[in-house]
Amino acid sequence: MGKTLYEKVFDAHAVRTLPDGRTQLFIDVHLIHEVTSPQAFAMLKERGLNVAFPHRTFATVDHIVPTDRREEPFSDPLAQEMLDALRQNVKEHGITFFDLKSGRQGIVHVIGPELGLTQPGFTIVCGDSHTSTHGAFGAVAFGIGTTQVRDVLATQTLAVEKLKVRRIDVNGRLLPGVTAKDVILHIIRTLGVKGGIGYAYEYGGKVIEQMSMEERMTIANMSIEGGARVGYMNPDETTFAYLKGRPYVPKGEDWERAVAEWKALASDPDAEYDDRVEIQGETIPPTVTWGVHPGQSAPVDGRVPDPADFPESERAQVEDALRYMKLKPGMPLKDVKVDVAFIGSCTNGRLTDLREVAKYLAGKKVAKGVRALVVPGSQLVAEAAEREGIADVFRQAGFEWRAPGCSMCLAMNPDRLVGDELAISSSNRNYKGRQGSPTGRTVLASPLTVAASAVAGHIADPREVFGIGG
Amino acid sequence: MPPIKKIQGRAVPIRGRDIDTDRIVPARFLKTVTFEKLGDALFYDERFDEAGNPKDHPLNDPRFAGASIMLVEAGFGSGSSREHAPQAIKRAGFKALIGESFAEIFFNNATQIGLVAVTVAPEDLGYLFALVEQNPEVELVLDLEKMELLAGDRAIPVFLPEAVREAFLTGRYDPLDLLLEAMDQIRALDARRAGPGKKGTYGGGR
Repeated sequence: MGKTLYEKVFDAHAVRTLPDGRTQLFIDVHLIHEVTSPQAFAMLKERGLNVAFPHRTFATVDHIVPTDRREEPFSDPLAQEMLDALRQNVKEHGITFFDLKSGRQGIVHVIGPELGLTQPGFTIVCGDSHTSTHGAFGAVAFGIGTTQVRDVLATQTLAVEKLKVRRIDVNGRLLPGVTAKDVILHIIRTLGVKGGIGYAYEYGGKVIEQMSMEERMTIANMSIEGGARVGYMNPDETTFAYLKGRPYVPKGEDWERAVAEWKALASDPDAEYDDRVEIQGETIPPTVTWGVHPGQSAPVDGRVPDPADFPESERAQVEDALRYMKLKPGMPLKDVKVDVAFIGSCTNGRLTDLREVAKYLAGKKVAKGVRALVVPGSQLVAEAAEREGIADVFRQAGFEWRAPGCSMCLAMNPDRLVGDELAISSSNRNYKGRQGSPTGRTVLASPLTVAASAVAGHIADPREVFGIGG
Repeated sequence: MPPIKKIQGRAVPIRGRDIDTDRIVPARFLKTVTFEKLGDALFYDERFDEAGNPKDHPLNDPRFAGASIMLVEAGFGSGSSREHAPQAIKRAGFKALIGESFAEIFFNNATQIGLVAVTVAPEDLGYLFALVEQNPEVELVLDLEKMELLAGDRAIPVFLPEAVREAFLTGRYDPLDLLLEAMDQIRALDARRAGPGKKGTYGGGR
């Protein structure tokens, strides 16, 4: 019987079985940032321990950095304190740090892949739930808590339980105007926000195979939004072509050897899965959320649902979501006015995301009264976007072009909603208060839908606004 | 660490499915380099309005003051990996959570810091919510050896992965000491496996 990639990678990293039955798993690459690491370093110190393998940990600063004024000290002393703590910790332990002046700073899940730190067959962890992003390369990557960050710093291992594997095939083709973001929102709507608990998601099928690495990352990124701590794609020629020549990947003969090893990692054709799901690509519409978790979504040309249409066990939750979102059952989603449009985040802040939008945005203007922001995922993304003229397209359309960071995805920096403003956002979470105001409202969508809505001033179908596929 | 075998105390009922970690601790409270004051941030935006006035919430209800067990619904702790969430619950004085299901990273983080999160059948959870809402003073007894919860006149079966139960009963829920035992094997794996930051192996960076 064949094995899945998940099993192969897991087995290759098992150090031993612990007395309680869990596996001690070796971690190839550990990524850290300023929010979830300082307590871990303090715990190390308390125990008199050192970072065991500093060459396997890489740091950047993303969550708290301002995206407008970058001079230090930051206007927020708490943010400055966190950056200073990270600087001190990486210096003390000899950890590579992509700091603000490195030219390589950015959102941790954007810079890992673009620097080639993310490679097929690696185990990768980070104190951040969107670590599943790196699974797009055929890595087994997952988010951990701070006590586990301590464990990895001290031992380069974790105590874990093996997950089950669910294969999700997206077959057929996508309709014009439908993006990777719509695919993952659709998957989460179909399988639920708790559907992935206990599973690693393996994504495959024609649609996934034809996707670029950046599109695959968008999908793997939001696995956790469906409850799956791990999500991955099997590595293929697209993966290798993306990685070739990146700063941290093997070169010359080592490259050839690595590619051969990576190819052998893909799930075997006769691998057995704990569960299988198939979705037809043609059935996926451009999708937006109407509620307060990523599973509460509908086609962009649809209506706000009626709580009465849900099973009784879910009704109270739907009513609560609509109350919070200030939406009426049955109203067309396209009647929902937007105050803010945000393009960025580890889900959709990469160069191809911006390039795709710029293609359609040229010559259009952001509607009056809409505050529109683009926050590139990294300094390398920002630089390339300037070079290609993408940044100017956004500026001319009336978007603010900002410096890289997590920004309004979780609003730990000064970029946030005010009062009950409604944001249409290319980020990953529409939880209550997520974008910085306890009454702020978030509608998740693809970058194309965000741009279309920014232009229209209300939730809008990119196929109409940009004449896609018509 | 001392073993965790039995937890006894009153409970507070927190209604709502899929309560995410942003609700448990809003992101702005993550701007700290310690976990110390997080108990005050627990469910902050659910408990207080924007002017800081208390809202109608079980954690503001004096009948539930001093509770050490939290009743929660399905999908509790979804979202972010922030350990700040279980840390806040623990630092606010809670020792156990009883729910229908927990998000995985949250469950893991809770376990590693000795915050017990057990599940019960949905009908039992319904009974527990009703019991506690009607009799806030009722004492619950969670017994991890027998894997049952004594509540009112019932003994309710509770569930935990066997490895996690074992970890609590033996006081090894924080695995660091165990992990450190294998440093020789780990060094061998580090030497054998590629690492992008390793000198002399492929990659090597800048």
